[in-house]
Amino acid sequence: MKDIKQNLTQELDQTSGNPLLEENIKISCRKVNVYYHKNVQSIFNVSFDIAKNQIMAMIGPSGCGKSTLLRCFNRMNDMIEECVVDGDIKLDGENIHSKNIDPVILRASVGMVFQKPNPFPKSIYDNVAYGPKLHGLVRNSSELDDIVEESLTKAGLWKETKDCLSKAGTSLSGGQQQRLCIARTIAIKPEVILMDEPTSALDPIATATIEELMYELKSSYTIAVVTHSMQQAARISDRTAYFHLGRLVEVNDTNTVFTNPVHELTENYITGRFG
Amino acid sequence: MSNTTKLVSANLKKRYAKERRFKFYGIFSITLSLTFLLFLLFDIVSKCLPVFTQSYVELDIDFAPKYLNLEEKSSYSKEELFNANYQKLINNSLYKLFPEVKARKQKRILRKFVSSGAQYKLRDLVIDNPKIIGDTKSIWLLTDDDIDSFIKGLIDENAPESERRVKDFQINWIKSLQAKDKIDSKLNINFLTNSDSREPEQAGILGALKGSFYTMLITLLLSFPIGVGAAIYLEEFAPKNYWIDIIEVNINNLAAVPSIVFGILGLAIYINFFGIPRSAPIAGGLVLSLMTLPVIIISTRVAIKSVPPSIREAALGLGASKMQVITHHVIPLAMPGILTGSIIGMAQALGESAPLLMIGMVAFVADVPQSFFDPATVLPVQIFIWADSPERAFIALTSAAIVVLLVFLFLMNLSAIILRKKFENKQ
Repeated sequence: MKDIKQNLTQELDQTSGNPLLEENIKISCRKVNVYYHKNVQSIFNVSFDIAKNQIMAMIGPSGCGKSTLLRCFNRMNDMIEECVVDGDIKLDGENIHSKNIDPVILRASVGMVFQKPNPFPKSIYDNVAYGPKLHGLVRNSSELDDIVEESLTKAGLWKETKDCLSKAGTSLSGGQQQRLCIARTIAIKPEVILMDEPTSALDPIATATIEELMYELKSSYTIAVVTHSMQQAARISDRTAYFHLGRLVEVNDTNTVFTNPVHELTENYITGRFG
Repeated sequence: MSNTTKLVSANLKKRYAKERRFKFYGIFSITLSLTFLLFLLFDIVSKCLPVFTQSYVELDIDFAPKYLNLEEKSSYSKEELFNANYQKLINNSLYKLFPEVKARKQKRILRKFVSSGAQYKLRDLVIDNPKIIGDTKSIWLLTDDDIDSFIKGLIDENAPESERRVKDFQINWIKSLQAKDKIDSKLNINFLTNSDSREPEQAGILGALKGSFYTMLITLLLSFPIGVGAAIYLEEFAPKNYWIDIIEVNINNLAAVPSIVFGILGLAIYINFFGIPRSAPIAGGLVLSLMTLPVIIISTRVAIKSVPPSIREAALGLGASKMQVITHHVIPLAMPGILTGSIIGMAQALGESAPLLMIGMVAFVADVPQSFFDPATVLPVQIFIWADSPERAFIALTSAAIVVLLVFLFLMNLSAIILRKKFENKQ
């Protein structure tokens, strides 16, 4: 254990693998640092790229800062007082902290699905219709009906709910609720979907449904997913990033990370020696 | 048996006994409080029953012009009719009924057999129909409160005469009239249609009820939006710093300030400085708002705090602005809590009389207030005034006023519960 800690300070300033891409970049981070309460730093100098229409899995032990980083991508951390994000995060080449980009517009194009299913205490229909109505994406109720149906279909929930759209969203089962949250997110047609441990509160069957769904959504969206399950990362993602104590240890194609990790820490984590 | 099971089973009896004891304490306290409540309700309701009816006496009134202090002529102006002497009509018919009464003192007491308000009934009758002058008609008139109390059996006939408000000769009058079927008891509408009066048989609750209604309306209209707005700002927008901490502590302190202090404040600021009319519902409402505000602010903040952060995150993540998150999600979810807090504050304000002492709402107001600026009194103050009055009939009136206050309170709570249910069902 002592060795690992020593290694950390010496070697972690550099990320192993292929963190940066040359083309097809959707989100790029350069030297991102995140501080809470002025001097508590939770993300150290992270630089990597997320490719378009791919699933990027972010793995690592608890408290490694992967959720914090994910929440930087749609500026959810703005809501936390005394949280300072430093460095460049670019969406399609444009800095998301620039004055031209309002957080409301950013969040309309970077949707988020949370760890715990959090449907609004409204009907299923209203849950999905909330975003489009909020942003004025529809002109009349038939367009809205279409969006609701389309989103629920994409989220694989239409068959189960088409006859009970007025039922409360909170009355669904956990897995259904999470799919409802995904439908709600894709209803505003974002470009990127951020998922913060979307299946950690679900049973294996619901997890499988969601994973399948993510795989299908990949063709039209860019997905960044934080997960605790290495099997899940291996199953669904195209690229995997391994974080350790706020530092990005290794990024590479998922296959490479799981079969041939470069860094010792990554190897230890994926072989289950710690974490 | 393993060691753990042994230890557990040794303790088990004790544990269950504790549970049973606790249950017993709970049932005991509920029974006790219910007993007190029932006792209170029974006492109030049984005491207010006499208010439902009033005793009337049938008198043959001779509307001769000479008794009315009017000259003999074919028609009279409205002013003449208004100023005519109607008490004399009643007196004459009473003298005729009891010709044996000759002594001056007894005559004076006989004149008081009928309520002093009865003459106005005759006046209205004559003004409505002047042709009645010259005729004789039998009319039911309200009796005086002492006579009424005796007829209702509230005065003990067997008590020594010197300790009784109704003397023996008065009792004889009543009995002879009862024998002639000239005394009847009728439903008391005065209680619901009149304002306060020195004469218990004419006193009513309408003035105080309307005063309370206007005062509560002002209080609600002021304290609800201001309180909810302040709470939303403090909870959602205010920076977390030293000043906000000071404001928070002070709001909590305000909720604990004795209410009479708010009355003094209202007297100094609203009445003396801003010149708001004294005794008016607007002044009362303003003072009670001061009292209700901290209660609403505190309960609204608690309600807002209890809205799960995941709902805020969900809305924010969809691109809702802060204001949209508040209006679409936080307030609807907090509404049941906000309403509960507001109704507690309003109920407190409804039952409050101390601060109103300072702004002149403890006054004898014989007119029903017609607007927010007319002199008025409120229900708890009316209860106080009646409870303080010496006439026996005011005991029943006091209880009846308490019943009215409780009904008012019940309706307020009921409307809050209905609103609450509505908000809960929406979600």
